[in-house]
Parts: sequence; C-alpha cells; structure tokens
Amino acid sequence: MMELTLITGRTVEQGCTKEYAKISDEYMMSVTICEMNAEDMKRLGVKDGGNVKISTDVGSIVVKAVTSRRIRTPGIIFIPFGPWVNAILPADTEGTGMPPLKGFKVRVEPTDEPILTIKDLLLKIYGKK
Amino acid sequence: MYVVSSVTCPFCGCCCDDVEVIVENNRVFDVRNACALGASKFMGYNEHRNTKPLIRKNGELVEASLEETIERCAEVLANAQYPLLYGWSNTSCEAIRVGLELAEEVGGIIDNTTTVCHGPSILAIQDVGIPGCTLGQIRHRADLIIYWGCNPWSAHPRHIERYTALSEGRFQKAIWKRYLSRLILESARKKRYRVASLAFKGGAATLLAEEERWIVPPPEERKMVVIDVRRTRTADLADMFIKVKPGGDYDVLQALRALIRDEELDVNEVAGIPVEKLEELADLMVNAKFGVIFFGLGLTMSVGKLRNVEAAIKLTRDLNMYTKFLIMPMRGHFNVTGANVVFTWQTGYPYAVDFSHGYPRYNPGETSAIDVLSRGDADAALVIASDPVSSFPRRAVENLVKNPLIVIDPCLSPTALMADVVIPSAFVGIEAEGTTYRMDHVPLPLKKVVDPPQGVLTDEEILQRILRKVREIKSKSSSS
Repeated sequence: MMELTLITGRTVEQGCTKEYAKISDEYMMSVTICEMNAEDMKRLGVKDGGNVKISTDVGSIVVKAVTSRRIRTPGIIFIPFGPWVNAILPADTEGTGMPPLKGFKVRVEPTDEPILTIKDLLLKIYGKK
Repeated sequence: MYVVSSVTCPFCGCCCDDVEVIVENNRVFDVRNACALGASKFMGYNEHRNTKPLIRKNGELVEASLEETIERCAEVLANAQYPLLYGWSNTSCEAIRVGLELAEEVGGIIDNTTTVCHGPSILAIQDVGIPGCTLGQIRHRADLIIYWGCNPWSAHPRHIERYTALSEGRFQKAIWKRYLSRLILESARKKRYRVASLAFKGGAATLLAEEERWIVPPPEERKMVVIDVRRTRTADLADMFIKVKPGGDYDVLQALRALIRDEELDVNEVAGIPVEKLEELADLMVNAKFGVIFFGLGLTMSVGKLRNVEAAIKLTRDLNMYTKFLIMPMRGHFNVTGANVVFTWQTGYPYAVDFSHGYPRYNPGETSAIDVLSRGDADAALVIASDPVSSFPRRAVENLVKNPLIVIDPCLSPTALMADVVIPSAFVGIEAEGTTYRMDHVPLPLKKVVDPPQGVLTDEEILQRILRKVREIKSKSSSS
C-alpha cells in the first residue's frame, strides 16, 4: 500500500462520454481509470490495466491503473471526475462551499476486486438504483 | 437536409458560436466546427434519452403522466421546510429566472454549479476585484498567455484556437508554425530517448533533462506558458511549462509577486520550481505588452482555494504597475456564467442564495449546496440540468438522496436514477432556444436546431408549471 496525492479533473474521453450517456459502458470506462506514474506502479506491484483500490477515510473504490506519461514525477495519481472518485471524497469545505477535489492524500493498493458498474456503485453506497 | 449555421455550442464556457449543424428529418445528421466535446453532445444527445416522466413507486422508477409528476414536484416543494434547488448551469438564463422565482416562493436555498467549480474565484473577486476583458481583446492583442491550473486541451478544446495562442489576431499572429516545428523536434527527441534507453543505461536520463530546456521565442511573437501539477496536453503546446508541486500554487504566486518588484528570494526553489525559472517567468510577464492569466480548478479546488485566486488577482494587479495584464477564470458549463449573472441581477448574489428568511441571504460555507447537504439541513431537493451524484462528495450525496429528490434533466443521469420524480426536458441549445453567457460575460443566443420529442417541454415551461402549482397549493392552504 502506498500513500499518493490524488488529482481529479476532466479528460476529453470523460467529457465526450458524459454527453453520450452516464449510464453507458463507455462513460464507465472513461472515468474508472487511475493514471499513475510508471515508477509508482512498479513499486506497488501493479501492471498496466490491473485493478487498484483507492481508499480514504470516507471509503474506497476500485479502478483500473493506467500508466501515464503525463505524470512524470512519482507520488501523484489522476482520476477523471465522476461518481466513482466522488464516493471517496471528503465533504469538508472549510467554510468556502468547495470540497477538496484536487491534491488530497489517498491510499492505493493492488486488488483483485472488480470495478463496480454505476448501478451497483449507487446501490452499494446509497442503497438506491 | 439543411444546415443551421452560427449555432452556439452548449457544452463549455467557450460557447463557440460558429458551429454548423446539419439536420435531416428532425435529427442531427452531422456537425461542423465543433470540438470533440461539442460534437459528442450534438451527435450523441439522443442516444440514451429519457422522454418519459417517472415516479418512484415501491422502490422502482415507473412511468407516470406529466401532470402527475408536476403535481408531485409542487407538493414536495410546497411542503418542504428547507428545500434545495440546485444545478442551473446547463440551462438557459430564462429558465434560471423562473427557478429563482420558485426558490423565493418555496423559501428554499438555490445554488448553481459554481459552488463546485469557481465558487472560490467569486469569493476572491468579491474581496479584491478583477481586471478583465472580452476574449476578442485577448485574441487580437495578447502577446503573453498564461494557463494556470487548467487544461483547455481537454476541458475547453477550442479555447486556444479561437481566443489565444493559435488564433490569428489583428495585432498578434498565431503560433501554429512554432508549435508544429516544436512538435517535430519533440518527436525526434522521443525517438532518441527510446533508442538511448534501449542502448545504454543513463542515456535516457540525459535526454529527459533535455526537455526542460526552453527556447525563447522572438520578443515580438506571442508566447504561451502553462503552469500545472502535471504535464497536460496543453503543456505540450506551450513555449514554457512550469511544473508546480500539488498545493504549491499560493507560494509560487506570492514568489512571483516578490520577483516582479525586484525583490530577492532567499531560497533555491519554490514549490519544486527553481527560482531561476521563476525569474525568467517574471521577466516575461513584466516585458509583455498585453498579458493574460487564465486560471482553472487547479487553483480553486486545491489547498488555499480562494486565497490562491486572490494571490493570482493581486499578481495581475501588481503587474499593471509595469504593463497591461488581465485575468480570467476558465468557466466550465456553458451557462455557469449566465447562472451567476441571473442570480446576481435577481438577488444581488451570484450563487448559494438562501430565501428561507423571506429575503435573499448569501454566505458560502453555510448557504452553499454541499454544506447544506452535509449538515443534513435540506429536507427536499430539486436538481435541474446537473448531476450532483457524480460531482458531490459522498456525505452530501447520502443526504441528498435520503430525502425527496426531484430531477429535471434530458438524460437519465446517476442523480436521476436515485430520484423520486424525474421530468424529462428538452436539450437547451439543441431542442430549445434561450440565452447563455460566455466565460467573458458576453451574452449569446442559443438556437433550437431540432424539435424536442413529443410531450417533452423546455426547462422554463416545466418550472413555470411547477411554480403555478406551488402557488395553487399555497393559496389553498392559506385560505383553509
């Protein structure tokens, strides 16, 4: 297990598929990825395309690890905006109305657990679908 | 088949108004001039569409009549003590105006998506003001463009091409040629890197260091700088890329403020950036004739939030002692600026407005959607043109979905899947006309290029019907 800094944000794929349909497989594939530095992946013992569990004090999610040439320094991971990553975000806005969506510490570990579909994720976390 | 020209794109805050939509049999057949995101919206909007009003019965969403769903919405809102009305940034100004009337009528909280994007920017602007202009001025005159904590390549794909470095201005030329020659050089460098990493140990490191070199363009040419925590695709286009450590933006902004006043820094680096590189950037800023900083969620969502933006605005203010410098937030949703504008002209405040006292109150941190939900204060919610289940933190969503939830949206979003009442609406900017505000506060008309499916109303019409119904219920209860 490693402690890394999570950045969330938009990607072209996430932007396109969110307009197509958020309940589609295409959307799920575009936002259930975790872009990682190759060195971090090596140290963690996870292969490109392998599943990783990302945890905070709020909860945990499973996403697919992807080697990124955009993240050139170890210690940072990137997950596109979406209901998966939001399920582990803290809600404290520090009196500003804005939760910390970029640059907070998460725990990352390899896992064999599957990535939940949107309906399963909503059912597991919020009890409705 | 016919072409609808000068269509305003209803995707991001760029609101590109040169889009051409080709329509055949009331369906979008093709779209020209739009970016990947805009084209995806025009081409895919009807693929996974919900056109039926839905009500949750026995735990399942089932079809219902429009009248039944509107009546249920009105009952929920009229009977709630402290309802939250959230969303608004993906609909027209006309619909937002009705939404504000509804919020006042039901004595609820009304908030727009600013709260999770540039809310901190607004707080900073209210503290220190903002030197701004229209994007046309930037296109024609800006010779130094700085993108700070934003990635327009992915989030605003035509921003660089239409308004900044790659646009052909009247007084500033596009940097296409320089970008293409750099692309060729970069491609050759990568090939050398691959060969070197295969051939001998250590060779790769030498060539990696090579990328950090910055070739200064001629002084008369337009320059583009990117400052971010990771090397985004936008950074590949830039003449200078500065990588800052996560959470280090405030330090870098204050360091630059010191440097442009010719003060010495007693450190070797600031937030992972060598001071020499910051000095180069400070020189570039001071020597620009017309500079602009575009900033994104990298400043508003990371540690420091509004203080980061405040420091960026103060840096811009300081730079105006030497030259002309401006600053502008990169707004995300196509009408989030419009939501701020309409909220402000109706209530005096741009977002997070509380009508529970009978008059508008504004205190982000207390009256903002996430705080209201996290505390568990709201006892019902109406979500329109937005998907908070995908964009809010878990505790806020848990409290959102445990109370009656109404969703007005053209798509079956994750929020709609969790709702108790779902009313399908027409896509604003595709199936309904209206007004939107571009990120530089320029109002633009949204066109209706195709008719909505039968029985599907616009957001404005749906809200007006709900408002009428709420008033009926309230007048009945007050007379009895």
